[in-house]
Amino acid sequence: MKKLIETEHISFSYEEETGLPLVLEDVSLTIGEGEFVAVLGHNGSGKSTFAKHCNAVLLPRTGTVTVDGMNTKDEDKLFEIRQCAGMVFQNPDNQIVATVVEEDVAFAPENLGVEPAEIRRRVDEALKAVGMYEYRESAPHQLSGGQKQRVAIAGIIAMQPRCILLDEPTAMLDPRGRREVMKVLRQLNREKGITVVLITHYMEEAAECDRVIVMDDGRVLMDDTPRRVFSHVTELRQVGLDVPQTTELMTILKEAGLPVQADIIDEQECVAALEALLTR
Amino acid sequence: MSIIKTEHLTHIYSQGTPYERAALRDFNIEIEEGEFAGIIGHTGSGKSTFIQHLNGLLPPTEGKVYIDGEDLWADKKDLRRFRFKVGLVFQYPEYQLFGETVAADVAFGPTNMGLPPEEVEKRVRESLRFVGLSEDMMEKSPFELSGGQKRRVAIAGVLAMDPKVLILDEPTAGLDPRGRDTILGEIREYHEERKNTVLLVSHSMEDIAQYAKKVLVIAEGRPAMYDTVESIFGRVEELTAMGLAVPQISRVFAGLRAAGCPVPENIYTVEGAAAAILTAVKGGAAR
Repeated sequence: MKKLIETEHISFSYEEETGLPLVLEDVSLTIGEGEFVAVLGHNGSGKSTFAKHCNAVLLPRTGTVTVDGMNTKDEDKLFEIRQCAGMVFQNPDNQIVATVVEEDVAFAPENLGVEPAEIRRRVDEALKAVGMYEYRESAPHQLSGGQKQRVAIAGIIAMQPRCILLDEPTAMLDPRGRREVMKVLRQLNREKGITVVLITHYMEEAAECDRVIVMDDGRVLMDDTPRRVFSHVTELRQVGLDVPQTTELMTILKEAGLPVQADIIDEQECVAALEALLTR
Repeated sequence: MSIIKTEHLTHIYSQGTPYERAALRDFNIEIEEGEFAGIIGHTGSGKSTFIQHLNGLLPPTEGKVYIDGEDLWADKKDLRRFRFKVGLVFQYPEYQLFGETVAADVAFGPTNMGLPPEEVEKRVRESLRFVGLSEDMMEKSPFELSGGQKRRVAIAGVLAMDPKVLILDEPTAGLDPRGRDTILGEIREYHEERKNTVLLVSHSMEDIAQYAKKVLVIAEGRPAMYDTVESIFGRVEELTAMGLAVPQISRVFAGLRAAGCPVPENIYTVEGAAAAILTAVKGGAAR
């Protein structure tokens, strides 16, 4: 897999003078092109700070960040880096700037100086990709939270990025909105090969990703498949996190002496395992 | 006696304009004193409009709201009294902090109620204790605190008014799992000690299942269901059809029933699920 984002021994502090406390401490991670990665960690663990290093919103105090071969400290490459890795934030109302959906999506390519005909094409394609094309002439305030987040994602896609970084994009959404956003992200990943880095507090969402990175106090605590990460129930709880309910149930049953696997992370698997157990 | 009662409550936004929209329609509900009820419904279902009627932030277009047996809008000048009786914690309440110190911020509500200074101070200490903030925090600026701490200060500010009804709109949005369990645990403790009524609006069905006793489902501006947690989360298909969700564990049990396994319908927590499976397996072994 081709490396898209690479951080090498990066450290960071918001305190310019003292350099303490460190919010990131010696973080070395590689995100490959086409990966679908979740980043977990308690509030203050450094996960948002990490994501902001991936598109040069923040620069590391020590160490280097490379995005598609470009060092994020290289000011001449700033536009290219931001175009390569776009970011979606938690609150949909804070990131929509225009009064009509399609104008909002056109905002970034207009700023990048893209030709009008090409903008039209990109906006239509981006809105179709997130399933919001039929709302292109609506006012954003008339949309639901999930719809607004999809418009925000379309705004990023219109820049034709290789990677989308999302900082808790579903925290303010209802269950339907959460499902809509997750579905769109999976499609973009599978069909367009866009790399997704998803920061979330929902363990069920992390269970749907290909890889889970767990951060604690500015360091990388775990980096593995969701199945292996969620098998560390006790350690995850110690750092203020949780596991999906299915994993929790199977762990209790296994500890009670039943012949089951504890590393079950989704519903279908759990139903199948329990069915096998009950119809033995 | 019911602490909250609405009769034919209707609310229409922008009435008489082309944007006219009915958010609540003939909404009738009675909630008993001392209840801990979760409120669920998807975005735009009318949840927020409903709770804003309970302390007079929004006037009904039609119908009545009764709090503790009294018509909230009987006398407009009297409305203030209901604001102290029904405490409302908004989403992301940490953005509403303004006091120079934590103590001053929490004292704002009880001071406005006209309570004597000693009583205000007592309440400030008590409510900070409920939300798990130590006394040495009192003189700090709220802006020095972490996000989770700020949110607890904001909740303490409402608790300090000792409201008979405490309404929380998504109190755990954006918090990590530990922060979420801490805040909801503190609210439950407060509820058990004071026996007040708590309404918890949440998009997390797992949280509602774990903390609430009853669930009010709002759909299209009406109360679609109001029952115990157990019976509401047994109605997996109906809730899913309404665009809502049930806890993951309830979905697993619905899947088992669909596969023909004789498991109970009223499973909504991991503990309940584990007990049901263990019973079923042991029962099977005994046969």
